[in-house]
Amino acid sequence: MSNEQNTNSEVILKVENLRQYFGTEKNALKAVDGVSFEVHKGEVLGIVGESGCGKTTVGRTIIKLYNATDGNVYFKGRRIVAGTKTLKEELEKAKKEGNKEKIAQIRGEIAKAKHDQKYCNKDYMQETGTKESLVTKIQMIFQDPIASLNPRMTVREIISEGLTIRGIKDKEFINNKVYEMLDLVGLVPEHADRYPHEFSGGQRQRIGIARAIVMEPEIMIADEPISALDVSIQAQVINLLNDLRNKMNLTILFIAHDLSVVKYFSDRIAVMYFGKLVELASSDELFAHPMHPYTKSLLSAIPIPDPHYEKQRVRIVYDPAESHDYSKNKPTLQEVRPGHFVLCNNEEAKKYKAE
Amino acid sequence: MSQNDLINLSVKDLSVSFRTNTGTVKAVRNISFDLRKGETLAIVGESGSGKSVSAKAIMGILAPNSIIENGQIIYTDDDGNTVDFLSLKEEEFYKYRGRKVSMVFQDPMSSLNPIVKIGHQLTEAMILNGVSKEEAKVKAIELMKQVGIPHAEERFEQYPFEFSGGMRQRIVIAIAIAADPDILICDEPTTALDVTIQAQILDLIHKLIKERHISCIFITHNMGVVANIADRIAVMYAGKIVEYGKVDEIFYDPRHPYTWALLASMPDLDTTEKLASIPGTPPNMEMPPVGDAFAARNEYAMKIDFEEQPPLFEITPTHKAATWLLHPNAPHVDPPKIVTDRIRRMTKNAEVKTNE
Repeated sequence: MSNEQNTNSEVILKVENLRQYFGTEKNALKAVDGVSFEVHKGEVLGIVGESGCGKTTVGRTIIKLYNATDGNVYFKGRRIVAGTKTLKEELEKAKKEGNKEKIAQIRGEIAKAKHDQKYCNKDYMQETGTKESLVTKIQMIFQDPIASLNPRMTVREIISEGLTIRGIKDKEFINNKVYEMLDLVGLVPEHADRYPHEFSGGQRQRIGIARAIVMEPEIMIADEPISALDVSIQAQVINLLNDLRNKMNLTILFIAHDLSVVKYFSDRIAVMYFGKLVELASSDELFAHPMHPYTKSLLSAIPIPDPHYEKQRVRIVYDPAESHDYSKNKPTLQEVRPGHFVLCNNEEAKKYKAE
Repeated sequence: MSQNDLINLSVKDLSVSFRTNTGTVKAVRNISFDLRKGETLAIVGESGSGKSVSAKAIMGILAPNSIIENGQIIYTDDDGNTVDFLSLKEEEFYKYRGRKVSMVFQDPMSSLNPIVKIGHQLTEAMILNGVSKEEAKVKAIELMKQVGIPHAEERFEQYPFEFSGGMRQRIVIAIAIAADPDILICDEPTTALDVTIQAQILDLIHKLIKERHISCIFITHNMGVVANIADRIAVMYAGKIVEYGKVDEIFYDPRHPYTWALLASMPDLDTTEKLASIPGTPPNMEMPPVGDAFAARNEYAMKIDFEEQPPLFEITPTHKAATWLLHPNAPHVDPPKIVTDRIRRMTKNAEVKTNE
């Protein structure tokens, strides 16, 4: 759609070699293992992959719900997430070598990373003189609309909580804002004093969206916002997100496993497999020329509401051990066509380019 | 095909209600359908439309607060003997449940016992039926191989938590087909699974149905899955079947506004236009509307839709739809553009393919 403009526009979010490990250091679960991508202002980037591939973790680490193990996230050019694993490893190496100059330099970098991770908001507020924090410009909506709303809070309290935390005390301002948001997501002011259990699944998801957009975010991370909803309600929420995107000029990180919805909604799509980004391209390009064998297998499995097509479906099975030989050359993310990145080694890149 | 003429299971005028604290919920209202031998009937609808309740009524496993208001569920075996499930006593039902009719549930984790080994869960029913332990094990391993579980001998001794979601669903399917049933009811068997695993499980069910000549009732809300597996489709809304027909008729010539809405509400890979969402929410089934239950959400609704329930109008001998739009006096309306466009695109693709 608007992909050509987007490649020229400002990079609003830059994720650099992000790693998120869980568990102990020796026995780490590598949920996200070296993911890099850029998000342009106003675009929708879809992240797809099967459950357990780390797509939700990417979203949660960007919004600082976890402490990143390694890598950086830059939001509007400012570092908001900084992990230290690589730096620490380099430090050990430098210590062995006994290179004092290097040790001091790396120590400085680690201290800076830790500072950025902890105080990026404070720095931003001091430097720009605003009272709004930086990280609240990124908001998230969650998969399960029942679990993500506090059952003891009224809708008014849920939506206005962010504003209260920001320090706004003007009741009238808050009320007007709440009504405005309710109207924007297709609910009515009478709903403000009800509790979440009084709403249907689709309406609860709308409340979750209202809670996110009241902070006037620039980036919205939508983590499977429709998978818990009924078919007839899913379209309502997709249309709402589309409207909001146009009205508020939102940048959206759309995490989902339903490929037809991702294709419909996203400008570009990132495919993840076992913590790694395996392919990244504009959605038309990805569906027209999938290159990584995993993407091919994923695309071949999408159910299409067309009986003729389904009768002739050929399913491609992905087996990493069979598809790749990475014993000599380790794979990296390479640009095979303009704007089309694939995780591959040099030999594979040649093959993909020839295709 | 003479075998396809045999109606394996015939549901006639079935109504099921539930007693609750606030009143009686009318979950299923006068539904009728036939399941032919070797065919797959898909029941499509959103949650609360009564599709799972219908399946449970067939299996005789409804919750204790349920009332079967009226209807018959007639099962015919290969020799032509018929029996009405609803007239059976519980002591007699065991001859059919699991042996003639069996069921696969949505969530493979909660339908397996987490503290019992897979092998025991597979052989339990066989041993109860008088098969010796050793024989049952041989048979169970054979079954596990059939449903595509590698290293079946080792896996036999493992617990459910050692299996992935897709593998667990394969085990559940193996248990369901262990007694060679005639009818397999699958209640959203792939909803909890990933796309790639979903495709594998669908392939497996396809294969088993063909090999064993099973008739299948497949419950889902995913139109893509329906297109893959179904021969016939019943679209349910608010406890009623609103459209019933062969798979091609429902996808390429849908007639009920709710079917249009279902088809239009999800994007396919070529959709670029705004999705046609269905406004509002399904009606409260404690007090079902007097007229057509879909009328309040239906942009094509006429005055009569709010006053009287439409009968099932026959479009072809195999295709029926319950909407007043099919009445001879009704004005002519076309389906929404997004649906007609898609149908045109699909038929064009099909023509291109057959020409090749």
